[in-house]
Amino acid sequence: MTMTTAPLDKAMPLAKGKLSHTTVYWLGFCAVMALLIVAPLVLPVFWAKFLTEILIWGLLAMSSDLLIGYTGMISFGHSAFFGLGMYGAAGALLHTSPPNLWAAIFMGLVGAACVALFVAYFSTRLRDIYFAITTLIFSQIFYVIIFTWTAVTGGENGLIFTRPHFSIPFLVDVRFTTMTMHWFVLALVAGSYLILRRVTRSPFGMVLQSIRENEARTRAIGYSVERYKIVAVMLSGLFAGLAGVLYAVQNEFAAPDFVFFVTSGDTVIFNVMGGIGTLVGPIAGAGFFQLLRELMSRIFGDQFPYLIPLGVIFIVMIIFLPQGLLGFARRWLNR
Amino acid sequence: MEPVIQFFQNFPLDLLLIQTVNGIVTGLILALVASGLTLIFGIMDVVNFAHGELFMLGAYLGVVVLASTGNFWLALIVATLIVAILGAALQVVTLRPLIGRDPLNTILVTFGISLILQNFALWEFGPVSRKLPEPITSHFNRFYLQYPWYRIVIAALSAAIIGGFWLFLKYGKFGIWIRATTQDRVMAQAMGIPVPWVYTGVFAIGAAMAAASGVLFGPLGSINHTMGLDWVLKAFIVVVVGGMGNLGGSIAAAIFVSLLEAYAAIWLDPSRAVIVSFVVLILTLLFRPTGLFVPTPK
Repeated sequence: MTMTTAPLDKAMPLAKGKLSHTTVYWLGFCAVMALLIVAPLVLPVFWAKFLTEILIWGLLAMSSDLLIGYTGMISFGHSAFFGLGMYGAAGALLHTSPPNLWAAIFMGLVGAACVALFVAYFSTRLRDIYFAITTLIFSQIFYVIIFTWTAVTGGENGLIFTRPHFSIPFLVDVRFTTMTMHWFVLALVAGSYLILRRVTRSPFGMVLQSIRENEARTRAIGYSVERYKIVAVMLSGLFAGLAGVLYAVQNEFAAPDFVFFVTSGDTVIFNVMGGIGTLVGPIAGAGFFQLLRELMSRIFGDQFPYLIPLGVIFIVMIIFLPQGLLGFARRWLNR
Repeated sequence: MEPVIQFFQNFPLDLLLIQTVNGIVTGLILALVASGLTLIFGIMDVVNFAHGELFMLGAYLGVVVLASTGNFWLALIVATLIVAILGAALQVVTLRPLIGRDPLNTILVTFGISLILQNFALWEFGPVSRKLPEPITSHFNRFYLQYPWYRIVIAALSAAIIGGFWLFLKYGKFGIWIRATTQDRVMAQAMGIPVPWVYTGVFAIGAAMAAASGVLFGPLGSINHTMGLDWVLKAFIVVVVGGMGNLGGSIAAAIFVSLLEAYAAIWLDPSRAVIVSFVVLILTLLFRPTGLFVPTPK
């Protein structure tokens, strides 16, 4: 429950109106962070892991929000970045002994960056719907490659490895527990959020938003729209890759299923449900989606096709609530 | 030189011939799928993500009707009609409220529909693949070549459906309405054309084309709940390569891409032959982003 209510708390002090926006914002941020830090101490192990996973999916969705919400490009190919992050991390973990966390993150990011460069270079030549379709097709290329290149990627079975220790040379070397893993993920997700927030408020982010509002005019003013789009896709891909690395480290495996289109589709659903263009919205959306899913499989059994009711909710939200759950706070969050 | 000569000496000519015919046959089915997609996009500005799922649903309905009636051609017609009605209903309920909004909303809605239909099929029919028996089992014998008649019949049928549809667009009353709406929606409405219903009709026709190709393709492969994605992906590639919203272009591109894939399958594993169409797409995006089979934009 913490995830769906927490970002709402953030918007609550709006009513007071006396404190400055910045103060209220950071107070809210600290409150949410405090809740998330305390959560694994209070929650049972299953829910603590569940929360960690929501944060990872949230990071993936947030990275995609940079494109959907801020640049106006719907990416249906985020599974490629996520998956390459995953396999990059897996490769690093299998080839270092003892498995090194930082090598995993580095390799995952390099993998995601390479794919992102490739996808960005080709797909940014197209706009709107064409962009969405080409990103989808590119992610499927990587799926086919990973699925059929059994010698390197393990094919259908994927790769299994052991979780690395959390290590800082000469200082710390500890095994991850559920709790420390959660805090580690939380630190990276929060850091990514702050970076992305900084990016979207920077002059660069402003250009992205002006591309969303009116691409032709942005070009006419003299900005090289293509270059901005390529950088946006790469940046987005890097954070998606980071999410992939975290997922791999958390679950100790890499599987081709995560490179498949379904992951990209989920990412888009998280964004739309939570509210695009807010950065925190997608995290809330991921939480909302995963909670509903967990709830339904608990009530109706494992075999229940939970995606049917979720799909209906998704469509109803697009028609009647296109801003998503946190859409009402969009202006406030971006101020 | 030696390996080159050897390559040509061992060149599988008969295989090449068979793959040419195979490529044209799958190309025509793909053209039927892609022209439904192109139609919906060209007229409504909607990228129908659920197109592959309508294809899959058509195939499943074919299986169900065939099991109860025993007649393949009846199954083809009934499945097509049911999916057409379903398409019309989906359009009225989900897409009509979005007219006038950002077209990106429609891609999200149709994506939601595809999710629902796919999981419905998984729930209703289970994860095990089904098979449709071929209605015509005889073979075509000529030039030392054996080829199942059924494949030739589907190729001809696909071509006939596309051709009939083209004639309908050109001369039918509703076809003229459709073309008028494409050209100028506001003007068409002013002239008394019920534009919202034209949209519904177009979506129904597109859905029917997907379902018909699903039933026709059924006997050539296995039917399962994930087959939709493969086809919609291929249809997307074809539509981008052929030039979005361009009917002739997507038909040419469908045959072109399928032929290349069929040839590639001679040397490559079929699951990797898909990469060939990806390469075609990348090259198209690099050199002619508006499509291979359209006149150069001025």
